[in-house]
Amino acid sequence: MPLLQESLALSAILFVVGTVGVLIRRNAIVMFMCIELMLNAVNLTLVALSRQVGIEGQIFVLFVMTVAAAEAAVGLAIIISIFRHYESVDVQHFRLLRW
Amino acid sequence: MSLIQLVFYFFASLAVASSLLMITRRSPVYSAMFLVLTLFSLAAIFVVLDAHFLAALQVILYAGAILVLFLFVIMLLNLGYDFEPDVRGRFALVVAGGVGLVLLAEIVALLSGAEELPPVDLVTPLLDAQGAIGAVAEPLFQNYVVALEITGVLLLVAMVGAVVIAKRRTV
Repeated sequence: MPLLQESLALSAILFVVGTVGVLIRRNAIVMFMCIELMLNAVNLTLVALSRQVGIEGQIFVLFVMTVAAAEAAVGLAIIISIFRHYESVDVQHFRLLRW
Repeated sequence: MSLIQLVFYFFASLAVASSLLMITRRSPVYSAMFLVLTLFSLAAIFVVLDAHFLAALQVILYAGAILVLFLFVIMLLNLGYDFEPDVRGRFALVVAGGVGLVLLAEIVALLSGAEELPPVDLVTPLLDAQGAIGAVAEPLFQNYVVALEITGVLLLVAMVGAVVIAKRRTV
């Protein structure tokens, strides 16, 4: 089948880049963008496999996009709320629930 | 190499390069811009993979709505030029690289051990019969209509929740 292996490889690379991004950054907004990147990598897997498994893969991507939009809205609201409290979006300053 | 493969490889390398730039640029605005580029190349790859409707949604929803939200928050919090450098130290870089390599190796091992899918093409006849939107819309509004309604409720909850959380507490 055309381009299935290549799409899965690209998806794996993008997911790993997103994971590394979450691990090496301390800015909460950039970490959040990396999570969006990981969601998109999984979407690419679903779309690539939908050709042989069925159109349901594309429908599932639709739902993932909706949940990602809802998550982005709530997550950014939380970041704004935290910024009001700490005057920073650097996660090393958020110590309330840490040792 | 056919034209479609050429287009795929072009946008795949664009996606990988811009995602790498996204996690290494210091300014959050540059990161957001490179995220747009990554998501846009993913939309192009969706077109190559015959998911035309999702490609349009990807551009409208991600590049249009979510990224505007990100940029809006960055501007609102005044992080555009007055940002602290936030890339972690050398030790964390090594750990993150190690974790990334392990994760990549795991995915490759998983995929290489997977059984072959039957070489059928389920999407192209559907697209020919119903068009790009109809092929997605028909099962969406018949088999998955309950999930669709719940998604609508979820969006409402997220909207109300975002307003409540981000509202400045008065009194």
